[in-house]
Amino acid sequence: MSAGDIWIVGASMTPFGRFADKDLVDLAADATLDALRDADMTMANIGILALGNVYEANSHNGQRLQKQIGQTGIPVYNVVNACATGASAVRIAMLAVAAGETEVGLAVGVEKMGKMGMIGGAAAARAEKKVYGPRGRYGAVMKSEGLLGTGLMPGVFAQAGTEYALANGVTATQFAKVAQKNHAHSVLNPLAQYRKEFSLDEIVSAEMISYPNTLPMCCPTGDGAAAVVLVSDQKLRTLDPDVRRRAVKISASIMTSDPWTESDQVQPDVNTLTRMAADAAYETAGLGPADLDIVELHDCFATAELLHYDNLRLCEPGGAGDFIDSGRPWRDGDTPVNVSGGLLSKGHPLGATGVANLFEVVTHLRGEAGDRQVEGARVGLTHVIGLASACAVHILEAPAR
Amino acid sequence: MPRQIPVVEYLALGDDPHLTSHACRSCGALYFDRRNACAKCFATDFDTTHLANRGRVRAFTIVGRIKRPFVSVVVDLEGGGVVKANLLGVDDPDAITPGMPVELATFVAGTDDEGTEAIAFGYRPRSDREAQPA
Repeated sequence: MSAGDIWIVGASMTPFGRFADKDLVDLAADATLDALRDADMTMANIGILALGNVYEANSHNGQRLQKQIGQTGIPVYNVVNACATGASAVRIAMLAVAAGETEVGLAVGVEKMGKMGMIGGAAAARAEKKVYGPRGRYGAVMKSEGLLGTGLMPGVFAQAGTEYALANGVTATQFAKVAQKNHAHSVLNPLAQYRKEFSLDEIVSAEMISYPNTLPMCCPTGDGAAAVVLVSDQKLRTLDPDVRRRAVKISASIMTSDPWTESDQVQPDVNTLTRMAADAAYETAGLGPADLDIVELHDCFATAELLHYDNLRLCEPGGAGDFIDSGRPWRDGDTPVNVSGGLLSKGHPLGATGVANLFEVVTHLRGEAGDRQVEGARVGLTHVIGLASACAVHILEAPAR
Repeated sequence: MPRQIPVVEYLALGDDPHLTSHACRSCGALYFDRRNACAKCFATDFDTTHLANRGRVRAFTIVGRIKRPFVSVVVDLEGGGVVKANLLGVDDPDAITPGMPVELATFVAGTDDEGTEAIAFGYRPRSDREAQPA
């Protein structure tokens, strides 16, 4: 350990799914209390709380959580940053520790979505009498969805996928193989929303949501929470040997947003900011893609995962189709990707996702992932992207044993 | 002929329907929306430019789980500019090839209670001699 390092000493997530009997604060409290137990701490030890949540962000859920589990007067930040919300909360807690404001930070991500349907649309108000008139920044006289292409999430990520496919010769079946893998992986994860394996044929012939993504190639909406406890290296030295032994180092934590690109003005460019974040994370950690034992990346749709093989430099440029064909991103391959089941099968409660992927990698680096354990995992990478757009990449390392 | 209004302000109607764009006077970056400044170079002065009606398909999807599935495309326009719209007259994904040449077409998207027609645009495949692969 060296001065300035920050460590994860507690990590937890609730199962992901649809939980009618729990509200948002119940879910956040479950994950938080378990992460505190994991760190052998209580709310008395915590110097900052960052709580990430998207759909109820104006309810000040950080303070609502405190009122259920411990009010100590510490600064609380309620964080929202699309699908990168959870990772953004982690970074805020981390920055407070790095700045020396506190030695112990708590980051929580939580979402209660239920069965929401397709994300990205907005219902237009219905007037008494219909008279066309230009509105908004585009001077639109009616809603553009379905009239001037699609901007809903399934369509955005489908178009991102076909852009890569047209340029690099990827087939619809190769995209489907991503979903086949992640659903197969989820069978071993007791925390996953779905744990059902699908054949490639079942995936290809399922209901088409937005070509080439069929239903099992799209992540579900759902409920869930995750939490991590972060400490400075000075603090780590003072902790119980059993806590120190299981501490995982954050070797890189990078966030980016979209730089200007021509096409990004009409169709979110999910690639450029991911490449920027990945390259900066590798440089910061002094590691490269070949060093990774486990990757949890943002597979909101099967097409997205395939693009990110290339964006995270896991494959040769343009070679993401060959990469999935090779079997390398399967759990028993040389670069296991989304052994949790990924967003496609583990689920994607938006605010929780960027914390839950840290939990997953931490659990493997500690050798505590049970049936789905990637044997001997020492280095892992997490990636999230929210539109439009925020991207976070973290690289984690197991401590020397 | 009924009164007509474009569905978005960046569609110019008349004898030669075409798209227009705000072009940054400093760096040339193109934008369809009302601007406060240029996101590429931060300048604040813009000209209005006339974009080409021809282009090539960069990305697409076919949206399902709705009453009338449609094809959404991202088109790289000749001479610059990228636009998203519907691809008209195509429903087979295998018919969409890399760099497929397309051309702007307009159609009536609806009529309001005063009889005004909203005119939208999309793209149709182009099969003329000029449409050789890029």
